[in-house]
Amino acid sequence: MNDDASASCPLPDDGRDDQIALAHGEGGRLTRRLLRDMLQPLQNDFLAGLPDGATLPAVPGRLVFTTDSYVVTPRSFPGGDIGSLSVFGTANDLAVSGARPRWLSLGLILEEGFSTRELARIIASIARAGEVADVQIVTGDTKVVPRGAADGLFINTAGIGELVFPTPGPSSLDEGDRLLVSGPIGQHGLAVLTAREALGLDPAPTSDSAALWPAVEALHDAGIRVKSMRDATRGGVAAVLHEWADACGKTLVLEADAIPVSSTVRGACELLGLDPLHVACEGTMVVAVASEEVAEALRVLRQVAVSSAAAEIGGVVERRVAPVAVRRSLGQLVPLDEPSGAPLPRIC
Amino acid sequence: MKHVDEYRDPQMCRRLVAEIRRTASRCHTIMEVCGGQTHGLLMHGIDQELAGVVELLHGPGCPVCVTPAEDIDFAIAICQRAGVTVVTFGDMLRVPGTGISLREARARGGDVRLVYSPLDAVQLAKDDPEREFVFFAVGFETTTPATALAVQQAARLGLKNFSMIVSHVRVQPAMEAIMDWDACRVEAFLAAGHVCTVSGYASYAEFVRRYRVPVVVTGFEPVDLLSGILSCVSQLEKGVAEVENCYQRSVYIEGNPHAVRIVEETYEICDQRWRGLGVISSGGLRLRESWRQFDAGRRYSRVALPIAEPSRCRSGDVLTGRIKPTECEFFGRECTQETPFGAPMVSSEGACAAYARHTRQPV
Repeated sequence: MNDDASASCPLPDDGRDDQIALAHGEGGRLTRRLLRDMLQPLQNDFLAGLPDGATLPAVPGRLVFTTDSYVVTPRSFPGGDIGSLSVFGTANDLAVSGARPRWLSLGLILEEGFSTRELARIIASIARAGEVADVQIVTGDTKVVPRGAADGLFINTAGIGELVFPTPGPSSLDEGDRLLVSGPIGQHGLAVLTAREALGLDPAPTSDSAALWPAVEALHDAGIRVKSMRDATRGGVAAVLHEWADACGKTLVLEADAIPVSSTVRGACELLGLDPLHVACEGTMVVAVASEEVAEALRVLRQVAVSSAAAEIGGVVERRVAPVAVRRSLGQLVPLDEPSGAPLPRIC
Repeated sequence: MKHVDEYRDPQMCRRLVAEIRRTASRCHTIMEVCGGQTHGLLMHGIDQELAGVVELLHGPGCPVCVTPAEDIDFAIAICQRAGVTVVTFGDMLRVPGTGISLREARARGGDVRLVYSPLDAVQLAKDDPEREFVFFAVGFETTTPATALAVQQAARLGLKNFSMIVSHVRVQPAMEAIMDWDACRVEAFLAAGHVCTVSGYASYAEFVRRYRVPVVVTGFEPVDLLSGILSCVSQLEKGVAEVENCYQRSVYIEGNPHAVRIVEETYEICDQRWRGLGVISSGGLRLRESWRQFDAGRRYSRVALPIAEPSRCRSGDVLTGRIKPTECEFFGRECTQETPFGAPMVSSEGACAAYARHTRQPV
């Protein structure tokens, strides 16, 4: 955790406010004080005076609206924490929908006894992520539940973005189209798993949690006709491809050797018996384009920090029995299964 | 990545495939003993590549598949007791006993925790002396040294709140049981590399003499698997049956003497019920008398459970190579990874799971 964040802790560290009490969520003085102190790093015109709702300016064109909840354990992991995740995750859902992320709501569910100092660190992290992703937190809510009714802290964020780059979506995928990823896969899931289980891997995998909008905007500005985009979160790249294959009725084929995977993630996956294609990302997306646009799309993506390691990983072919297949060392196409349930490490 | 890439080298793989095809004058039936090998073979499409010259049969080497349902039920009953935690490997969570799985038991309020090493279970017990911790010790020779070490560590620390449900199995008696079956079609074995890393392969000499089938110690990467298959095919074509080690970077004939010693200090051989296969003579391990204070079976009574409906799962046929998962009438229809009938469809090393993941399913 960043030391600067704790240094700027907005909550008084006087020994009394060490832990969140039920009273913090029951309205009245404690609630007001918690909100006032807590929200300090998030300040903007919308939040001034803590109105019940945010009045947003009119925008030209259509809006995209999304929501997501964050319950990650542990709350802090190499490369991020539940706070930054709750901003980037929702902003990325907007970005891959072709929308410039603009406004977020922030709902906090706190377990009685939660450390106010940790809360301050997480709020600071939310504020930083909001700046990076260029979104404003414009409204919010805080509830405190009795000890045992939640695991420390749950966050919900909802987001609104301006639709500037609509894509036809996965049903438009056609034979010959190509598939790209914006960076190395599997980073987030392994970072969290490694931190949660204290696996002691060295170097520890780092989450890729980051804002994807700059990459989407670069594709838009370059006039790339993206057919479909999706951030590869739960279930990883495999889950995205299975959804797309269902939507278009074609088979998606990956070239195993072309898929960018860091040596740390590869090593850890070998050890744990996991397939990186099934492991979650939080700042990596899959993009489908027509084959003639691959070179330009890669060139554009590689100029943006979040997608500097973008790569072409496969393409769309006529439907075979398997909806998604991987070409491995022998050149055989082997079906890639759809992730089912959380990956569990094997025995031996 | 070092130590992996060279064993997945496509050119080397293609050379080996060509050589196997050149060597084989007919189709040979080879059993890969370990579930990890099944996954490797299917994941890299080796079964398709060798179609017509080698038929691969899956063997019994999936530890969670053969763990008896009554042991899982016992673990489930224990985790529901107040003040008791069951600690297990991730793989065991999903496998159902006669009724529910440990994962479902956890969802219903049972205390079940996952570890990556049995020593972590000992640490949990040390850190929380008020609670009792029961480690569910399953697996083949690969995992026995670590669980044996856990018992010894618990004894050294004088822990009174640590015990184990021991459900360890030994691979060679299961191979013997398969060979003793009249209709056995297995002509050669790919022996499980990781098991041999621990216990060596000297004991296979007698097995090979008795049954006259080649046994080739084989690893898990494509080059390892193809080298093992080539060795089997060459022996079968020459009409010889020998023990060969095609996993030399990991396996020595004597195994890991240190690990073998710890296991022998801690466990003794016993008859063991295998799920789907029945009782296999000398097929398991139990704690020696001097360590029995760590036997969960002595601490907690096994409640008589209602007799469950007989499972429709044909795991016994699958685990002995009598049928391929795809030949089971339920595979991919009623029995899927979402609605499994039995352990081989749920376990990450299960043969049915491997076929469901990596091959064509009937529509």
